[in-house]
Amino acid sequence: MRRLLTLATGAGIAMAAAVLTAGPAAACGGLVAPNGTVRLLRTSTLAAYADGVEHYVTSFQFAGGGAEVGSIVPLPGVPTKVERGGDWTLQRLARETQPQVLASANEDAASVRTAGAKVLLETRIDALDLTVLEGGGRAVGDWARQHGFALTPDAPEVLDFYAEKSPIFLAARFDATAAREAGQGIGDGTPIHLTIPTDRPWVPIRILALGREKAEPVEADVYLLTEQQPSLMTGSGLRTERFEAASESLLADLRSDQGMEWMPEDMWLTHVRVDGPASDLDHDLAIHPTGGRPSAFDFDRVVRDSTAARPGDPVTPTARPGSDGDGALWPALAVGVALLAGTAAALRRVG
Amino acid sequence: MTTPRRRLALAAAAVALAGSAGVAAAASGGGPGEGGHDDPATGPATVTVTLTARHSRFTPPAVTVPAGTTVRFVVRNLDPIDHELIVGGPEVHRHHATGRDTHHHGDVPGEISVPAGETASTTWTAPASGDTAFACHLPGHLAHGMAGVVRVSPRT
Repeated sequence: MRRLLTLATGAGIAMAAAVLTAGPAAACGGLVAPNGTVRLLRTSTLAAYADGVEHYVTSFQFAGGGAEVGSIVPLPGVPTKVERGGDWTLQRLARETQPQVLASANEDAASVRTAGAKVLLETRIDALDLTVLEGGGRAVGDWARQHGFALTPDAPEVLDFYAEKSPIFLAARFDATAAREAGQGIGDGTPIHLTIPTDRPWVPIRILALGREKAEPVEADVYLLTEQQPSLMTGSGLRTERFEAASESLLADLRSDQGMEWMPEDMWLTHVRVDGPASDLDHDLAIHPTGGRPSAFDFDRVVRDSTAARPGDPVTPTARPGSDGDGALWPALAVGVALLAGTAAALRRVG
Repeated sequence: MTTPRRRLALAAAAVALAGSAGVAAAASGGGPGEGGHDDPATGPATVTVTLTARHSRFTPPAVTVPAGTTVRFVVRNLDPIDHELIVGGPEVHRHHATGRDTHHHGDVPGEISVPAGETASTTWTAPASGDTAFACHLPGHLAHGMAGVVRVSPRT
């Protein structure tokens, strides 16, 4: 009989610091589960960017399911540190931007490279086994398959998509059995904090559609903290909810959390909500942290002509996100998005 | 989730799509050995058609062979995931869409598993007439678009 397998690849990050959810699941990534019972809930990610370093905070939280699940998150660079994140950073951001749900806060939970993936770092945080990999889409896919990740049919194309942007991935394996033994319950999250020097912050969005049916809704929250007012290049399925100077109280609260003392005195807060069918998520969130023009390549990897932005090649902005209250869109650059998000829940035969 | 009935519908749609889209016939052939031409395979000798599986799609998505030609399909899997090639009529695809067969070792003509990153081959003989679908029936792959069509041309 065929057995349904859900593969989720976690998505990655982007510029500055990204954080994941306060309620559930794995942050911008795809999930791989050995059976169909694991549910990926709404995710949250914080990407904070200061002094050329991105602080990516996310939480891996599962609503239930098999003994092991995994997630693959594309990263914009090689992390110098992977550590347990603070306990309240994501929740505090959610409270700052979604005060109306406070009462229920506790309920939310390259083309083909053939060389093998290189393991850059391995560590364990609580019940999470984390591996930082360097390699092309195929190499990372091979590594994932060999380590028990079940890849959905759209995974090869999505992994290639990200490998062309950055050949760095974070693979996370959540051992539910170990979590239970350690007293973790369903819905409990494990925050992780990655410190990533990079000059090209971007936040992976397309990966959120991995393994999903085209019409399947995807919901996630992406928080950005930057030293200056940034420019964003967003697209379908994304909506800018907040775009303002971060309050002193928010920064003070975040700074008091574990590993967050690096935060500057003043930062700009952006809250982007992912809310749309998986078929809309055929792009990422490109960011220019100081207000320049975000890279079109970081948006959808397609360099359309000689004047189009290339990685690390910011150009003058023509629009500012948040100015219209509907999420900043670079209309000209949004046109021509050709890549299709992967769909389809993964099914697998079992003899 | 994709149901078996829907997968069958998708297979039929894939054949129709390949035809209506005018996808170039790209059977390699004209005799033994791999080809890469756009010309139809000519037979009657065994011809070789090379299919590439990448990003969970077959390339080329359509090939043309004369009726009765024996075709050796060579499938190069460039993906980091397993695939399979199933060539046959509706009953064949119905069986694989709902069946328990998970591994095809080449003992059944037109049916072969292709592990990640590997190459495998199978032979199959074109019928006297009619288009024939080929597809990968691993879960979700057909829905993703992993299908194509063998167009059978009248033998002259």
